[in-house]
This record gives sequence, C-alpha cells and structure tokens, in this order.
Amino acid sequence: MSTITFDAVSHTFGERTVLRDIALQLTEHRIGIVGANGSGKSTLARMINGLVTPTKGTVTVDGLNVSRRAKEVRRLVGFVFTNPDNQIVMPTVQEDVAFTLRRRGLDSAEIERRTATALERFGLADHAEHPAHRLSGGQKQLLALAAVLVADPRVVVADEPTTLLDARNTARIQALLAGLEQQVIVVTHQLELLAEFDRVIVIEEGRVVADAAPSDALPEYLALIG
Amino acid sequence: MIGLYSPGRSLIHRAPVLMKLALLSVGVVGAGLLSDAAQLSVGFAVLVALFALSGVPPVRAWQQVAPVLWLLVIAAPLQVLFAGWAVAGMMAGRLLLAVALAALFTLTTPVTTVLDGFQALLKPFRRWIDADRVGLLVALTIRCIPLVADIIREVLEARRARGTQGSLLALAVPVVVRSLYAADAIGEALAARGIDD
Repeated sequence: MSTITFDAVSHTFGERTVLRDIALQLTEHRIGIVGANGSGKSTLARMINGLVTPTKGTVTVDGLNVSRRAKEVRRLVGFVFTNPDNQIVMPTVQEDVAFTLRRRGLDSAEIERRTATALERFGLADHAEHPAHRLSGGQKQLLALAAVLVADPRVVVADEPTTLLDARNTARIQALLAGLEQQVIVVTHQLELLAEFDRVIVIEEGRVVADAAPSDALPEYLALIG
Repeated sequence: MIGLYSPGRSLIHRAPVLMKLALLSVGVVGAGLLSDAAQLSVGFAVLVALFALSGVPPVRAWQQVAPVLWLLVIAAPLQVLFAGWAVAGMMAGRLLLAVALAALFTLTTPVTTVLDGFQALLKPFRRWIDADRVGLLVALTIRCIPLVADIIREVLEARRARGTQGSLLALAVPVVVRSLYAADAIGEALAARGIDD
C-alpha cells in the first residue's frame, strides 16, 4: 500500500478555516473518512491528488510532494467524484474510458484492449457504443469508476461516490470499492459501508476528532452527531 | 455527433476517417453541381446504395435528414414562385442529397475517430497549434450540449414547481450560474484525470 502523509496541514477559503493542523499518515488498505457537511472532509480528500493545495503544510504520496509534483501524483491517485456527470468527458462510454489512457504513450490496440477489459469488469460492455449522458445514474458512476481504474492507479480516492445513487447501485459501487486491490480512501455518509474497513477518520469542524478501527471510530462519530 | 453514432462494422464504418471526409467533400460539391433530373436520380441511387451498405437503421437516417425538410417547406414554395418547379425541385433534391451524405458520415464515424482525424489534419501546423488541445476542445463542446440542455430543463422544472413564470433574464441567470459551476467541476475532473496543463 502507498503511504499518504499530511504534515501540519491547514486550509482556509477566504476567511473560513476548513482544516486545522491535520497530521495523518495513511497506510491502510481501506480507509473511511466521515464527518458532517462542511466539516472539511471533501477538502481533505481533494488534497490527496492536488485538486486543492493546502494553504499551510504539505501532503505527500509515497514521498512525492502533491503540490509540487501534482502531475506524477495524479498518475498514482485516481479520484471518483460525487456527480459522475461532471466526470464524463467524451460522448460515448467506450471513448470516455479510453480518454483516460490518452497521452500515456500507449498504442491504440493496447488502449482498445484495456478499455474493453475495464468495460467488461464493470458490466458496461453492452453499452460501449452508447452515449454516456444517457446512462442511468448508477451506470454513470460505474463508468466513472471504470475510467479511473483503467489507468491502474495505486490509490483510489472517492468523494461521496454513492450519495446520488439508489440503494441497489449504492450496494454495487460499495462492493466494488471494498473489493479493490488498490488502496481505497472513501469519504461517505453511508456508515454501514465502513464496518469492514481498516480505519475510519472522523472530521469535525476541520479537525480529526477520532481516528481508529471502525468498531471504535463509528460509535464515537454517532455519539458526536447524536 | 452527440450520441448519433450508429455502431456497425460495414465498409463505410471501417473506411479511414480522412478518406471519408474527403469523399464527403467531393460528394457535397458534386451534389451542388447536378444540373438535371436524370443526374439527380443517379445521385439518389448512389445515396441509397451507400446507406444500404452502411447498414444504418432507416429510422436513424431519417431522424438526421428530417429536420432539413422544415427548411425546404419554406424555401421550396418560394423557389417555385420565383423560378418555377424545375429549379425548386433540383434545389430541394441537391440539398437533401448533401445533408443525407453528411448524415451518413456522422452516423458511421465515432467522435474519437473524428478527433483523431482533426489531429492528423492539424499535424503540419503543430508548431503553432496543439492538436491534442483542439481535439479536447471539440470533444468538450460536444459533451457540453446535453449537459447544458439538462441544466436548462432542470431550471425550467424548478420554475414550474415554484409556479413562477419569469422573464428570459430570470431563466438565463440561473442557467449561466449553474453552467459555470458545472464548468468548474469538469475542470476539476479533467485535472484529476491527468489533463491539467
């Protein structure tokens, strides 16, 4: 597993401080991040692949400083957003997955092969030629996940990947995430997903208030919001 | 191009994109040069043969060509009035032929292939133009059409749900604001996918 390190990280948006003095070392296979809306957990997740640069402190992935070497870090870290609509770039399903592999020095036969494998794996093979924007919400999130995993990242960060989905698709995406070989960091409000995880971090008002195995961290979080 | 591609393995589907583009140009210019009914019928025969060869479902083809009929409904009677039946008929026939040929290209060519074609065409100019970036620009433009259409639909629904019937400005402002938010989110997603320069 990769080592992701937050060293004395603070972040402000204008006047508002969203993260205060975060120090974390993430080495476990499956890590959950929970917290209220606006607690700073999304900002924390976005820092792992440089979508947000901390105003103070540094974030490193396997020793690479994210703010200085964002390009290399993004090849290691895949990111799944809440709303897959914003993540779809190309008009058809197959083209969108193949888009991830552009500019990586692969020939078109290799791109085609990898794309086909990814579509097969996520049950999208029958939709390969379909317009991406006409997929259902669940299929769109599967497509987003396929487009991230086709590049074979070391780490997958997902920011509330199931918030817009129905129960069946939520279960499907959760099972896929939990079953990945890659290191997985999931921001979520679906606490039942985290029961089997290795570590849960609870964020409250920009600080880490609990950081432990789910059996300890989740009851603390529930007590906090209760 | 927004999901208009009709999958297939026909000769037309597999033909190299630049050749198809060149033939399309020749075909459209040729259609414009047809001068009598006999030539026009040959043109249509070739067109029907090409569509048959492509295996594109007739319904899909019709959806592409039908909108131009509205233009003809207005233009053809005017032509009849000023130039007579023969000229009006030729004009309509040539226009239909040209639009149908273009539709055939759209229906048999995936967007990625069109982009690759663009990039090949731009290659001689690569010292001045970044072909990858132009390709991405075109892809995003195509992608954003359904996205903006969705935003407009949602804003209209929200207005109806609240029982308001505002001015055009009252529609435009939320649509523009939400489009800008979507643009931000797409930019973020592009960066996350490694297109960040």
